[in-house]
Amino acid sequence: MTTHSEPTIVNIGPHHPSTHGVFRMRLTMDGENILDVEPVIGYLHRGSEKLAEERNYTQVITLTDRMDYVASMTNNQAYVLSCEALAGVTPTERGMYLRVIGAELQRIVSHLVATGFFLQDLGAFATPLMYSMRERERILDLFEMLCGARITVSYMRIGGVFQDAPAEFWPALRRILDDFPAYIDELEGLITDNEIVTYRTKGVGAISGADAINGSLTGPVLRASGVSWDVRVAAPYDVYDRVTFDVPVGDTGDNYDRYLMRIREIRESLKIVEQCVAQIQPGPVRATNAMLFRPPPGESYVPIEAPKGELGFYLVSDGTIAPYRMHVRAPSLINLTLMKQMLVGWKLADAIVSFGSLDVNMGEVDR
Amino acid sequence: MTQGAGSQDAPGFAAYGQSFPPPVVEWDMDRIEGEGIEQLKWSAQEAFPDPEIDVPEDLQNNIAVTSVDALLNWGRRNAVWPVAFGLACCVFEMIASAMSRFDISRFGMEAMRASPRQADLLIVSGTLTWKMAPAVRRIYDQMSEPKWVIAMGVCATSGGPYYQGYSVVPGVNHIVPVDVYVPGCPPRPDALIYGIMQLHDKIRKYSVSHAPAGGTR
Amino acid sequence: MTTAVTGNELADTVQRRFPEAVEEASEGALRVAPDAIADVCRFLREDALQDFDLLSSLTAVDYVEYFEIVYHLTSIARNASVVLKARVYGREAPALPSVVGVWQGADLQEREAFDLMGVTFTGHPNLKRMLTWEGFQGYPLRRDYLEPPLPYTWPQGG
Repeated sequence: MTTHSEPTIVNIGPHHPSTHGVFRMRLTMDGENILDVEPVIGYLHRGSEKLAEERNYTQVITLTDRMDYVASMTNNQAYVLSCEALAGVTPTERGMYLRVIGAELQRIVSHLVATGFFLQDLGAFATPLMYSMRERERILDLFEMLCGARITVSYMRIGGVFQDAPAEFWPALRRILDDFPAYIDELEGLITDNEIVTYRTKGVGAISGADAINGSLTGPVLRASGVSWDVRVAAPYDVYDRVTFDVPVGDTGDNYDRYLMRIREIRESLKIVEQCVAQIQPGPVRATNAMLFRPPPGESYVPIEAPKGELGFYLVSDGTIAPYRMHVRAPSLINLTLMKQMLVGWKLADAIVSFGSLDVNMGEVDR
Repeated sequence: MTQGAGSQDAPGFAAYGQSFPPPVVEWDMDRIEGEGIEQLKWSAQEAFPDPEIDVPEDLQNNIAVTSVDALLNWGRRNAVWPVAFGLACCVFEMIASAMSRFDISRFGMEAMRASPRQADLLIVSGTLTWKMAPAVRRIYDQMSEPKWVIAMGVCATSGGPYYQGYSVVPGVNHIVPVDVYVPGCPPRPDALIYGIMQLHDKIRKYSVSHAPAGGTR
Repeated sequence: MTTAVTGNELADTVQRRFPEAVEEASEGALRVAPDAIADVCRFLREDALQDFDLLSSLTAVDYVEYFEIVYHLTSIARNASVVLKARVYGREAPALPSVVGVWQGADLQEREAFDLMGVTFTGHPNLKRMLTWEGFQGYPLRRDYLEPPLPYTWPQGG
């Protein structure tokens, strides 16, 4: 007797414990094998781009925090750099160093979250998440010292940052810089050569370098596919031209490589923060500018390397105190372009893990 | 040990095209869902009244209504299991409150259930959009009595910084009745735990002989 | 540092290949005719001297008389970037060819521009609403978008 199976449509989400936010996938499946994927998004679409048109430039900074809510500092940095390019404002030296310290610490936080949730998707239900969150809390304490908020920081302003780091910040940062490498070694020792992780993620969801470039992928996802493109190296902003760091590049672009990129980037971020701490000089943290920022008419787009990929704010100004148009080039949204290629042909259990390895943040996808 | 879920010799799409064509997801599915969303949007313009706890006059000074209630309420409040439900930024503070530093496991709440049928508490954390609203309503309906709702963050309370938005529900109390509102953007895990402790106080006053705390709508 | 290729530099090269295409060349961007946009993009990606293989960003801006679609292109090998624009006049049914055939990364970005601005990209395989829901009336990011009046009531005394 021959068996016959028909393809069925399985709906995952928008509420599902493993979808990193409100993301929905309609999978066409034959048994456990995936035939087709249709991602459905928009469950967190809050209209930030429209709301930005009626707030002044400094108020929009609070909106930008909440887009990629795991990595607020880099959102702020991208927006503020774009505003500065509109009006030709040069930030102060100390402001730039503090920005880079904030951004790199934020990169560490974002990658810790990504790794913790990646392992949760693999089935290690909450234990690795507990480890990475424990260390994340220490860095969030640093953010609280800097600006009072843990997650949605709104720390950067046009011309620099909003306030200087208090005296207790530097010893606390020093302690973290001393402890972290040992902690990352511990985390890597648990995960990188783990038999289950390697069996389940090596070779799964591979994307070639040419496909990745064609699909506009950026960030660790692109570098895992073998393309060495990092905006911090290609188009340095703030003080990235004064610090030296390596850019990790993978070879196959599978889930395992994407995870590995993030762990290596954490180590590079620690190096960058060390160098900034050594180079920073006292001084003003914010360039003096008018109360209400009113740039001349024009437009600007300054991409930065956010933890998720290339983030840029395309701002059009018409000479008033509010932007005429703000568009966010959201790396998380664009990294979803090649989902079909990554998932079709694999199993249901790989769908969640591959999606998790992309490290997508729904606040940024939907804005 | 056999190769895990990721099979190295994945057959690919073409192998399945032989005996039947894969179904095409039709536009109708989107259209029907869209109509459901519009219907919900037009019918959910008024907020639910906040649920009242009905305590009889002669027992106003006591915390529990009867000894049976006291026992049941003690059991209920010491293990309120939340649904693992997070929408936006507030979810990270909710997760942080479940992690080792701000431990809600001391209240018996670390068991975040994936299925709403096994949960008592719905913590709506983050901005609710009209597109997501039918899903929230469905999750709330699937929970069994007694159930409670905490609106965490200003977005869930009133729409927050996005209340002018064209796609944002101005407060989750338009969709489900809310017991405790925790303001903040995002509220620190300490603030969420304070809100949870307020909910525990509310549960003390719940009685099996009166209307359920969450209302009957 | 990424070299920002100005519109003026690129105008001659594009003009030679596509005589009618270039509308305006300026310091910041190169504006081409909307019908020719897909061909110009294909040329910019495939030509060995230009080699703009990464589409950084695709967006639409509503300047009331016209919609301007803006393309930010990056060349990874040359470390260069350029801005292309295309203007589409008329508010009823603005349309221009899709560049999904050139860069697959344009897929979701064009859907977003369609959803929020109402610009149709002909040749797109799956042009439907993405961020708002099917059945949503209007295009929210347009300058003249008005929400239908909804009686959002605040509590008494609020």
